[in-house]
Amino acid sequence: MQTVKKIYVSLIFLFLYAPIGTLIVLSFNASKTRSKWGGFTMQWYASLLQDEVILDALTTTLLIAFLSALIASVIGTIAAVAMNGMKRRTRTLLIGVTNIPMLNADIVTGISLMLLFISIGLRFGFGTILLSHITFNIPYVILCIMPRMKQLNPSVYEAALDLGASHITAFFKVMLPDLMPGILSGFLMAFTMSLDDFIITHFTKGAGIDTLSTKIYTEVKKGIKPEMYALSTIIFVTVLILLFLVNKTPDKKEKTN
Amino acid sequence: MSSSMKKLHSLYTDKSGKGKLLAAPYVFWSAFFIIIPLCMILYYGVTDKTGAFTLQNITAIASIGHARAFWRSLLLSVVSTVICFLLAYPLAMILSGMKEKKHNFIILIFILPMWMNFLLRTLAWQTLLEKTGVINGILSFFKLPSLRIINTPYAIVLGMVYNFLPFMVLPLYNALSKIDENVINAAKDLGANKIQTFFRVIMPLSIPGIISGVTMVFVPALTTFVISTLLGGSKVLLIGNVIEQEFTQASNWHLGSGLSIVLMIFIILNMIVSALLDKED
Repeated sequence: MQTVKKIYVSLIFLFLYAPIGTLIVLSFNASKTRSKWGGFTMQWYASLLQDEVILDALTTTLLIAFLSALIASVIGTIAAVAMNGMKRRTRTLLIGVTNIPMLNADIVTGISLMLLFISIGLRFGFGTILLSHITFNIPYVILCIMPRMKQLNPSVYEAALDLGASHITAFFKVMLPDLMPGILSGFLMAFTMSLDDFIITHFTKGAGIDTLSTKIYTEVKKGIKPEMYALSTIIFVTVLILLFLVNKTPDKKEKTN
Repeated sequence: MSSSMKKLHSLYTDKSGKGKLLAAPYVFWSAFFIIIPLCMILYYGVTDKTGAFTLQNITAIASIGHARAFWRSLLLSVVSTVICFLLAYPLAMILSGMKEKKHNFIILIFILPMWMNFLLRTLAWQTLLEKTGVINGILSFFKLPSLRIINTPYAIVLGMVYNFLPFMVLPLYNALSKIDENVINAAKDLGANKIQTFFRVIMPLSIPGIISGVTMVFVPALTTFVISTLLGGSKVLLIGNVIEQEFTQASNWHLGSGLSIVLMIFIILNMIVSALLDKED
C-alpha cells in the first residue's frame, strides 16, 4: 500500500513539474523551434541580457508585483483590523464583498475594471495595471491576516493601553508584530498572484506597455523567443534557491518567544 | 463575545469612531474598484449602443454559435472539475495522512509552479503533446500507439486539469488534515469498517474543502480563454474566447457584457449551491 501511495504522489508531481522541466530544457536548446533539439547552448542566456524588450517587461512585471503587493498589504492590514472591530452584520457584508474578486472569474473582473477605467477617462498604462492588481491582491492579504487576527489576545493590547501607550503606539508595538507573519504571507501570496496574472492585465494594460505574461501572449503566434525560456528558468531557479535557504534556517523567533 | 473582546470592540468602534475611520480606505476601495465596475457590466449588458434598454445582449447566448461555445465550456469545465476532484482527493488523503506534518512544505510544492509563468507552462504542453513531441517519442519507443490530442478538446481538458489541480488539492488537504484523528478512531472502535469510515465520517467532514475546491476549479475553467487558445489551436472556441474577442477585436462591449452576465449567473448559482451545501452540514 505504501508503495502504491508513493507511486501515486510521484506521478502527480511528475504531471505538475513536467512542463517546468520541459521549459528548462528548452532554455538550453540551440534550435530556435520548440519541437527540435539542436544541441546544448547557453546563448539565450547571453542574448537575454541584450534584449531590452524582455528586460523592460520584466521590470514592469516586478515593479507592478512589488508595488501592488505592498499597497495591498497596507490597505489589507488596516481593513483586517477594522473588520475585526466591526459589528457582525457589517463585517459579514464586507467579507462578502472582499470575496468577490476571488470567486468571480478573472475575465469578468478584468472587463469590469476596463469599463471603469474607460468611463472615468483614465489613460491605460502602468497606473491602470497597478490599480487592478492592488484590487485583486487585497482579498488575499485579508485572507492571510484574518486567522491571525482571531488568535490575538485582546488583553495584551489593552494592557499596552493601560500602561500608557496610545492607540497608535499599541498598534505598532503590540498588534502589528503579532500580525506580521500573516501580513508577510499575504504579501508573498499577493506578489505571486500579481506575477502570474495574465487575464486581468490583458484587459487593463492598454497599448505600449507589457508585463511578461502579456508579452508572451503576443509572441504565441509568432513563436516564443528562447530568451523567454531562459528568463523564466532564471526566475524559477532563483525562487527555488531562496525557498530552500528560508526553509533551511530555523525560525529562531518562534522558538525563543 | 467575552467581556475583554467587547472592550476591544468598543475601542475600535465607539470611542472617537476609530473603527469607521480605519475601515474607510478599504470600504472606499472596494466600492470603487469592485462594486461599481460590476454595476458597469450590468449597465452595458442591458443597453445597446444608443443607451436604450435591451435584453438582446443577454439572449444572444442562445444564438447557435454562442450557445455551442457556452455548452462546450460548461461540458469541459465540469469534466475537468470531476477529474481534478478524482485525482486530488486520494492525493490529499495521502498527504494529510503523512506522519510528519510538513504542512508548509506541501503547500509550497503546489504553489511553486506558479513562479514559472502560467502561459509558458501551458505552452510547454504543446511541446509535450505534439505529433513528434516528447510524450509520443516515449510512446513510440515502447511501441505504443501515439497520442493525438493536441488542438482537440481533450488537450484543453488536460490544460485545465494541469492548471487548476493545485486549487483542488490545497483546500482538500486543509480540510482533511483538520479532521481529528480521534474521530476516525472512534468510528473504527464503534465497528465501522474502512469504507464506512470514509463515507460516513471522513467524506462528510471534508465537505467544506470539497466545496471550495470545486468552486476554485470550476469557475476559472468555465471562463478561460487562454487555455483554449494555447492548446485548442484556433479550432475550439469557448465562451471565454467569444467574450474576449467582443472586447478586444469586435469592440462590441455591450454584447461582451451581456454574455459576461450569463457567466456571472452561473458563477452565482455555483456559489448558492455551495452555500446551501455548507449550511446543511
